[in-house]
Amino acid sequence: MKGTAQEKIPFFRDPDKLAVFYQALTALGVALLAYYLIGNTLANLERQNIATGFDFIGREASFEIGESLIAYSAADTYGRALFVGILNTLVVSFVGIVLTVLFGTVLGIARLSRNWLLARLSAFYIEVFQDIPILLQLFFWYAFFYELLPGPRQALQPFAGVFLCNRGLIFAVPEAHPAFAYAGIALLLACLATVVLKKWAARRQEVSGRYFPVLQTGIALIVGLPALTWFFAGAPTAMVTPVLSGFNFKGGVSISPEFAALLLGLVLYTSAFVAEVVRAGIQSVGKGQREAAMSIGLRPSKVLNLVILPQALRVIVPPLTSQMLNLTKNSSLAVAIGYPDFVSVAGTTINQTGQAIEGVALIMAVYLFFSLATSALMNWYNKKIAIVER
Amino acid sequence: MTSITGSGGQAGRDLGPPVTSIGVIGWVRANLCNGWLNTVLTLAVLYLLWAILPPFFNWALLDGNWFTSSEQCKASDGACWSVITANIRFILFGFYPHDLQWRPLLAVVILIVLLFLSRNRRFWGRWLLYGWLLGLVAMGLLLKGGMFGLVAVDSDNWGGLPLTLLLAVFGLAAAYPFGVVLALGRQSQMPVIKAFCVVYIELIRGVPLISMLFMSSVVFPLFLPEGMTLNKILRAQVAIILFTAAYIAEVVRGGLQGMSRGQYEAAESLGLNYFQTMRLIILPQALKIVIPPSVSILISAFKDTSLVVIIALYDLLKTTQTTLTDPKWMGYSAEAYLFLALIYFLCCYAMSNYSRKLEKELDTGH
Repeated sequence: MKGTAQEKIPFFRDPDKLAVFYQALTALGVALLAYYLIGNTLANLERQNIATGFDFIGREASFEIGESLIAYSAADTYGRALFVGILNTLVVSFVGIVLTVLFGTVLGIARLSRNWLLARLSAFYIEVFQDIPILLQLFFWYAFFYELLPGPRQALQPFAGVFLCNRGLIFAVPEAHPAFAYAGIALLLACLATVVLKKWAARRQEVSGRYFPVLQTGIALIVGLPALTWFFAGAPTAMVTPVLSGFNFKGGVSISPEFAALLLGLVLYTSAFVAEVVRAGIQSVGKGQREAAMSIGLRPSKVLNLVILPQALRVIVPPLTSQMLNLTKNSSLAVAIGYPDFVSVAGTTINQTGQAIEGVALIMAVYLFFSLATSALMNWYNKKIAIVER
Repeated sequence: MTSITGSGGQAGRDLGPPVTSIGVIGWVRANLCNGWLNTVLTLAVLYLLWAILPPFFNWALLDGNWFTSSEQCKASDGACWSVITANIRFILFGFYPHDLQWRPLLAVVILIVLLFLSRNRRFWGRWLLYGWLLGLVAMGLLLKGGMFGLVAVDSDNWGGLPLTLLLAVFGLAAAYPFGVVLALGRQSQMPVIKAFCVVYIELIRGVPLISMLFMSSVVFPLFLPEGMTLNKILRAQVAIILFTAAYIAEVVRGGLQGMSRGQYEAAESLGLNYFQTMRLIILPQALKIVIPPSVSILISAFKDTSLVVIIALYDLLKTTQTTLTDPKWMGYSAEAYLFLALIYFLCCYAMSNYSRKLEKELDTGH
């Protein structure tokens, strides 16, 4: 016994020592590769006389950006130009995600509909739109706006005050009036009140078992309060209608063809994936759950609210998050159809300054930040709705 | 007692279900019109189809122009499919020398035959692997030339469908081993290796492919020592491989996590070391589980190759766009893009159908 215990294990058989050895080897390999690449890069940069560092951010950009949420001109700095790009990316991603979740959910439910025609139609849609590259779809919609739609003079008018032409989508908006600001504040208050109400109702139900119709009251609050505020603040109904003047429309709000094509392409493409996620989530809830819920006398709306949705959401949220991230990442394809998103602005910056490494690093850092922030948010939400193991 | 069957005198002739619940009428009632909501939905869908389909068929088929000149197209109301038929060789093969285009065509045929053979699980084995290796080498040789009496063709002239397929197939083939290594590294007990793999995978998955392609076109040249250059296609290929590997790693990790502890313990008790355990016990099982999601990765890699348009490689999408910039064929984007969409759809649909079939076959029920 004593002899075997003290027998020396050679180092190449000892897993602990081997592990240290392998890790040291890997670290050394990575370090050598990095050293080699950085050395080459520095030599190349010096030879080509390219500046390094992020000093260019403070310099004058001297290029125009087609659309911007904040005031921007060519005399502003690269930093501001890049910020405009980030804002544009955020806008298209945010609007895209909201629309995609709505449309994708409808599609996913339609896919499971008992109506044969509707189920087939949405299955067809899902299959087709998943299988065509997003870039091709973007080009198609861009061409649709530029080639197929008429000029401003012959603009299509699907509804009164809405014009569709190769300058984009132009529609009427209400004239500025303080009533809208008040209504906005009322909306915020109503949302806050609903949250408080929900907490109170949940606590009361836990204590006394009495149920309070939170959903109906919440909807009434959120719709009713702003509407009443608007009414008592003078009920302004004046609209700014777009009017054709020269070769373009004046007044109203216009959405550029680039933005519209990008949004349309992203939403139609990602919705197909979201629909599959939603379908899988709903199907993952066993039939017995619904039957059990009905057998204890819950109404259909409550069966959905209290039994089906909480379980389906657990399955839906993680893949839905990755679809949202996909949409955000795919919005970088805006560069192909000329919408000034972050990648497009950064690309112009790279071309002008020649500082490719800094430019690409910026692109990666910004998208990485978006990804990590979204995952963190969704992980928090996912933890909140996760099942409590008993 | 006898009167029940006797009085009717028709023993054994049961009454069938009512006519309204079987056959066409029954089907329609059960699937299209159960409840007022479904009836309304059916009518709405029917109206939508009626509003879209007949005009589309008129435009695309009845009034369509198939082999006409661009002047005849301009005079007609229908679809101008001539934009495809007149430029098909450029769209499919790009700037590849005109009289040598049988070579990329043959390469594509070889690839399709190999893919077709791989569909059948009975052929899975050593010979198919050799077939693939041989086929890929033959494809490269056919495209590049310069040997066996084939005229060399510069890779700047490669384009169209062969380029799209090349980027997707070579990308996946090279990314798979790399992805497996990354997945093993991420599952490893060694903190340094694990950290490298996690950082790599999460970094790549967090950024869009287009940023990798940008990197390939503007940053990769700076990485190389003076005097050494890589051509554009190879650089894009490297970017696609680096990108796809991270996604494969995550898929393979799913398979590794699906292995029960018992498998590892059994391997250990047999006295196998780490590499033997992985090669003989874990990977064969884990990789089998992840075949269907791997096909999904192949599908997205195939679709993602279209992004090389942005760094000006002449893949299928770029050749089509180039055709559309020809003043003769300007303005027929809808037809050209629909044609491309059909190609992509057919390829991806075949793959995803296959993946579903495989999933069913490989499902051993435990």
